[in-house]
Amino acid sequence: MNNSSYGHREQPIAVKGLTKNFGKKTVLNNVDLTVSRGRVFGLVGENGAGKTTLIKHLMGLFKAQQGTVRIFGIDPVKDPVGVLSRIGYLSEDRDLPNWIRIDELINYTRAFYPDWDDAFAEELRKIFNLDLSAKVKELSRGQKAQAALLTALAYRPPLLLLDEPSSGLDPVVRREILSAIIRTVADEGRTVFFSSHLLEEVERVADDVAMIHRGEVVMCDSLENIKANHHIVTLRFPEPQKEHPQLPGVLSINGEGQEWTALCNGDLGEVRERAREMGCEILEEDSPSLEDIFVARVGIDRVALKEVE
Amino acid sequence: MRLHISTKDAVPIYQQIVTQIKHMVASGRLRPGNEVPPIRVLAEQLIINPNTVARAYRELEAAGILVSRRGSGTRVSEKGSPLGYAERLRALTERVEGLLVEADHLDFTVEDVIELIRGRNKLLDTSERGKSKNE
Repeated sequence: MNNSSYGHREQPIAVKGLTKNFGKKTVLNNVDLTVSRGRVFGLVGENGAGKTTLIKHLMGLFKAQQGTVRIFGIDPVKDPVGVLSRIGYLSEDRDLPNWIRIDELINYTRAFYPDWDDAFAEELRKIFNLDLSAKVKELSRGQKAQAALLTALAYRPPLLLLDEPSSGLDPVVRREILSAIIRTVADEGRTVFFSSHLLEEVERVADDVAMIHRGEVVMCDSLENIKANHHIVTLRFPEPQKEHPQLPGVLSINGEGQEWTALCNGDLGEVRERAREMGCEILEEDSPSLEDIFVARVGIDRVALKEVE
Repeated sequence: MRLHISTKDAVPIYQQIVTQIKHMVASGRLRPGNEVPPIRVLAEQLIINPNTVARAYRELEAAGILVSRRGSGTRVSEKGSPLGYAERLRALTERVEGLLVEADHLDFTVEDVIELIRGRNKLLDTSERGKSKNE
């Protein structure tokens, strides 16, 4: 692992009671979040939900107005070098200088990081098929993302912070980017924190998921628990119902007349019990996708562009 | 080894891997002693969390279908490990349930279905016998 024992036993990310206001607008409201070592943590939410603001706090680019942010036990505002040397960061807009050549970019970045691994950088460069003499301004969107990822990974940081790593990329490049991320996780058990609005991607890759909505964390758990605690149940009533039926833990419900389909959170037994009380038959029980859960929780229908494959 | 993972599926991803590898072993597409891809390689190929692959492999090892040895990778058990009774029963039960639902929708009784199965089975038997006679 990292050659420093400093902060070794601390959680990679610990956020407590974080609140941020821009003027009168509350962008983050009392956010609590803990990311454990070796986990892949997915942060999901709509555009403008507060994802990037949260990540900027983790990087020490914003100072907490209320609450605390700790990266491996370190305050990123007080000790930016201590924190940034442990983080590989990929921003959504992958801000690389336009005039720089790939070989210059690599030489420039490696100067900042004593742990830079030349062999690994070269391996990534070959996978991504990046031409050393190409200038950043000549690169496609996907190649820029790959170049930025190379510079974020090559010093093998114990924590990767990825803000929408694959947004706006075509499926082929996205595959390569995600594969490279997965490779680094599997090799050394490092911690990854990534935000995404592509829920299928999150469902494939994440161990833990936090859902952020209007600056608040509305759900935070392991993906396994999230999947186990949400159910889609279709009920048939003996008589048509004018209003939607009341069910325990219901997040969303659709239907009309005799047949209703609900997405519920909690114990499936309670839902069955309630169905029995209402005298209805359970036609189907299913486990929802993360996208279903997200839509039900956030109450919108325009998430997750179906771009993956 | 080509696996198909879907997040639209209600079945968890690790379970999809377990089921598909079991079927590959049962159908002979994976033979005893064959090596399965290392966790990292399969995770990268399927674009899924390596922990998910590790979990699937652990289950398959516990079921005696895969054996992993330090330095020699993970292989299909030499015992060949055909699907266990419970596994076979479950696969068949799924089909039977589907059949019963269909029969109910089309207004057939269970007795009708059983009779039909017997009849079809006899037909298959005769045609099989017919074939071997002709050969």
